[in-house]
Amino acid sequence: MPTAEEIKQRIETAIPGARADVEDYTGGGDHFRATVVSPTFAGCSRIEQHKLVYGVFGNEIGGPIHALSLKTLSQE
Amino acid sequence: MSEESTMPEESNPIRDAIAEAIGEHDTILFMKGTPDAPACGFSARTVAMLQSLQAPFAAVDILPDPRIRQELSAISGWPTIPQLFYKGELVGGCDIVTEMYESGELAETLGLPEPEDAPAEPIPSEAQPAGLTQIENRLG
Repeated sequence: MPTAEEIKQRIETAIPGARADVEDYTGGGDHFRATVVSPTFAGCSRIEQHKLVYGVFGNEIGGPIHALSLKTLSQE
Repeated sequence: MSEESTMPEESNPIRDAIAEAIGEHDTILFMKGTPDAPACGFSARTVAMLQSLQAPFAAVDILPDPRIRQELSAISGWPTIPQLFYKGELVGGCDIVTEMYESGELAETLGLPEPEDAPAEPIPSEAQPAGLTQIENRLG
């Protein structure tokens, strides 16, 4: 079961220049909320931005990660 | 059903039914549960936002068969539920719909008048496509 810290590190490792704030909002290790800031998102639609983040986790979304609520920004 | 014996692997009635439903309804929401009885908080919130804009929408419950979600995600490239489509394009899931709702962009994207001015239009009742029999497809 992933922790918020692991989710954060995986996002920051996979997406260039990304800084992620991740919260396990139920404390159960399967519902997370993340705010991700990366210049990589510039010029991408919101759909594309969220797909980039979901793409880090592949089939884990809907599996061990029941929910990953996202907010993405290209800059602070 | 003569094609059945030739290429059984290619036949994907669920994916076809989903694609057909997306094509036939301007606004369609794939959700857990139904608009009257949502089975997940994210689906409930998305329904509530659409209803508050008085947006006419079709709703498909993905829960009755796990293949619906699998095929939907294969079509959309989007892993989570709910998924809102407008005119065949994925608008987003609950997070994006929420951001758009809060900025006023959702009404605009769905071709709706501003919320204050939105008339209580009757929801059109359309015939269900034949391929949708396995999918509960309710007009909310």
